[in-house]
Amino acid sequence: MKRIFHFAVAGILAASITACGARSGEPATTDPTATAASTNAAGQSAVQDDESAKDVVKVAASNKDFTTLVAAVKQAGLVDALSNAGPFTVFAPTNAAFDKVPKETLEALMQADKKADLQNILQYHVYVGMLSESLLQDGQTFNQVNGGNITISKKDGKTIINGTATIVATVKASNGIIHVIDGVLLPK
Amino acid sequence: MKLSSTNLLLTAASAAVLAGGLQSCKSKAGGVSAASNDAAAKVYVAPGKHDEFYNIVSGGFNGQMSVYGIPSGRMFRIVPVFSQHPENGWGFSEETKPMLNTSHGFVPWDDLHHIALSTTKGEHDGRWAFGNANNTPRIARVSLSTFKTEEIIEIPNSAGNHSSPFITENTEYVVAGTRFSVPLDNGNTDVPINTYKDNFKGTVSFIGVDKTTGRMNIDFQLLLPGINFDLARAGKGASKDWFFFSCYNSEKANTLLEVNASAKDKDFIMAVNWKKAQAYARSGKGKKAAVKYAHNVLDEKNHTATSTIINEVLTLDPKDCPDMVYMMPCPKSPHGTDTDPSGEYIIGSGKLAATIPVFSFAKIQQAIASKNYDGNYDGIPVLKYDAVLHGEVQKPGLGPLHTEFDGKGNAYTSFFVSSEIVKWDIKSLKVLDRVPTYYSIGHLSIPGGPTAKPHGKYMIAYNKITKDRYLPTGPELTQSAQLFDISGDKMKLLLDFPTVGEPHYAEAIPAALVEKNSKKIYKIEENQHPYAAKGDNMAKVERKGNEVHVMMTAVRSHFTPDNIEGVKLGDVVYFHVTNVEQDWDVPHGFAVKGANNAEILIMPGETQTLKWTPDRTGIFPIYCTDFCSALHQEMQGYVRVSPANSNVALHFSTGTNKPAADVAAKK
Repeated sequence: MKRIFHFAVAGILAASITACGARSGEPATTDPTATAASTNAAGQSAVQDDESAKDVVKVAASNKDFTTLVAAVKQAGLVDALSNAGPFTVFAPTNAAFDKVPKETLEALMQADKKADLQNILQYHVYVGMLSESLLQDGQTFNQVNGGNITISKKDGKTIINGTATIVATVKASNGIIHVIDGVLLPK
Repeated sequence: MKLSSTNLLLTAASAAVLAGGLQSCKSKAGGVSAASNDAAAKVYVAPGKHDEFYNIVSGGFNGQMSVYGIPSGRMFRIVPVFSQHPENGWGFSEETKPMLNTSHGFVPWDDLHHIALSTTKGEHDGRWAFGNANNTPRIARVSLSTFKTEEIIEIPNSAGNHSSPFITENTEYVVAGTRFSVPLDNGNTDVPINTYKDNFKGTVSFIGVDKTTGRMNIDFQLLLPGINFDLARAGKGASKDWFFFSCYNSEKANTLLEVNASAKDKDFIMAVNWKKAQAYARSGKGKKAAVKYAHNVLDEKNHTATSTIINEVLTLDPKDCPDMVYMMPCPKSPHGTDTDPSGEYIIGSGKLAATIPVFSFAKIQQAIASKNYDGNYDGIPVLKYDAVLHGEVQKPGLGPLHTEFDGKGNAYTSFFVSSEIVKWDIKSLKVLDRVPTYYSIGHLSIPGGPTAKPHGKYMIAYNKITKDRYLPTGPELTQSAQLFDISGDKMKLLLDFPTVGEPHYAEAIPAALVEKNSKKIYKIEENQHPYAAKGDNMAKVERKGNEVHVMMTAVRSHFTPDNIEGVKLGDVVYFHVTNVEQDWDVPHGFAVKGANNAEILIMPGETQTLKWTPDRTGIFPIYCTDFCSALHQEMQGYVRVSPANSNVALHFSTGTNKPAADVAAKK
């Protein structure tokens, strides 16, 4: 609230500068560049760059197996954050993994009033740091972006998260690594 | 707590706003800033928007080039050229040290005065920026794709390489003329200074530029009288085969030039038919002279520079090469000589003269054809002043220095003494407008101003004196540039902006010609550095005698390896760090405690090497110096240095603690 107040006051004061100019009989500026001040509000996901390797969002978006995940990331407003420098380890459930979640639950999460819940679930799938699969050891826990912990277990050479989701593939991205998992992780 | 910080912010914001209000009201009341009322809107580039022009600015005594946006005046980058740059390791890393090699050995500094942007058919092509080293004569070529210095060539038989680097219409040649005449390198150089008139020579070097690669080579040198060459411009259009050099000290003084080089009414502008000179060079009229100079090239594939010493140069003596060089009298120690966009008019700015002479290329040709000479200077024909003169701008101002053009028939000349820029009509020679500069302008720049097709719109003044223009910072002040709108009949002051170093000449070029070519990353698969580790699995540490080579990777957010043991006192350690990122604007840095050089910054896909000679035993931290990620502060490691006779085995790791290291530590 106080922050909003501060900006509002600053805005009013800033407007008074123009008034100072206006008093001297000069028209206020009509230069089109001057009005473009805050229109360029897109985050890092909007950076035009065909040369760099793809970040975790772009890697996921370019794979048909992740359409549900990508839609959820967009709905949760996490695209820009995950396009950031990271580094991120994303445990990425496939569309098939999302299909295991009751349809009505999933649809409810995609509603605007459930954005915080959706963010909580998606952030539970992200770790800040580069965890290659070889670093994941049986019994380790990692603190995820949402504040919750995940637990790693190993069985038959496979890496399993929270005893429910198995890493089925790993893809490197420019700003981190994606472990493809066959289940959705639910925050405890 | 929150309340108080909010209040503080609010107070600061109000104070700033009130101060701004005061200033704007003051300027309306006719204050000294004299900026036009719509100035703020004209220089405002909204957040996230790009400037219309790049301004490539010489750094003078900082030895670098810097890159600004016009019209905002925002600085984007300092490109290290002739001076070491601890900020990114230029001249400190093993790969870049050879770039600063000369016949005098490693020279870590110079004085970069002038910029020349490459042209094709006389128009900007956005490929390279050339810069000169005044002190230890060199020319550098900077890529406008990587904004890195790719090549530096030393100039033999030269001292004070001020008349440089200026280019021909298609960048066939970049020239380097001597300010200081000196005895030639291969003769008797140990002579009394007061034998100047007998023993000192000036030279102008024509350095060929490869059309495709930009690689430079000294094609030939002209051996000239012992006068001071100051600035130069090539011809354009009809005059494209010619080059014009301003000359002062035709008195050939070797002491107190302040007085002794101003004795004559007129010095010269030297006209060189470079096409003819090239033909003489090709037809064997030249003589090979023994010299020694360095040619340094940075290879983009292995990110490594090599320095080659060359021992010969081809010289041309005007005595053996008729119709190649002429002198045109020009009043009072000319500084700038500038060619208008058509190539017909050559403007000489006698810095102590009361007029600005404008020479006509057509008349120069007629005078040469009819041998309309006024004697000769050291055997070089002197053309009659009146025969080659288009006319003089009368009483333009005091101390004319440099002239740029807007492509609409107007010339803009800077005046140091009267601290102003004067706009005048090239054909009628009438003064059209004048504006003061704050204070004491040197060079000026109009986008495309020296080319056959100026882009106009803006003009930047590079002032020599700052005094009270900014918040004071003690005796040493930043240099001050000023931006003018020249789109209308009258020049309008828009903006003051501070610059680094001491800018001399600068050029501005439309962003559209440059930004699309700007490189984002170096492709890791194209990295041919011999010590590159292109992935964590290639990282290793090797011992070669007392050299320890660490082939290290950097990625968000760790080094591989980050624990190194088995280095011994007496070893020289080379950290070859490869940034394996392939993501724009994600450099990593590397520093080690006690290093006697600098950090290095490694761009994505690049390998750079820091040499380190430990001076004591112990544990030495290493870390990433460029804030790369959320875990940047975790991007660190240790190197253990043991006594020379230690039996600690060479060992390296990341993310594991092997027992061997602990066992060794107990011994």
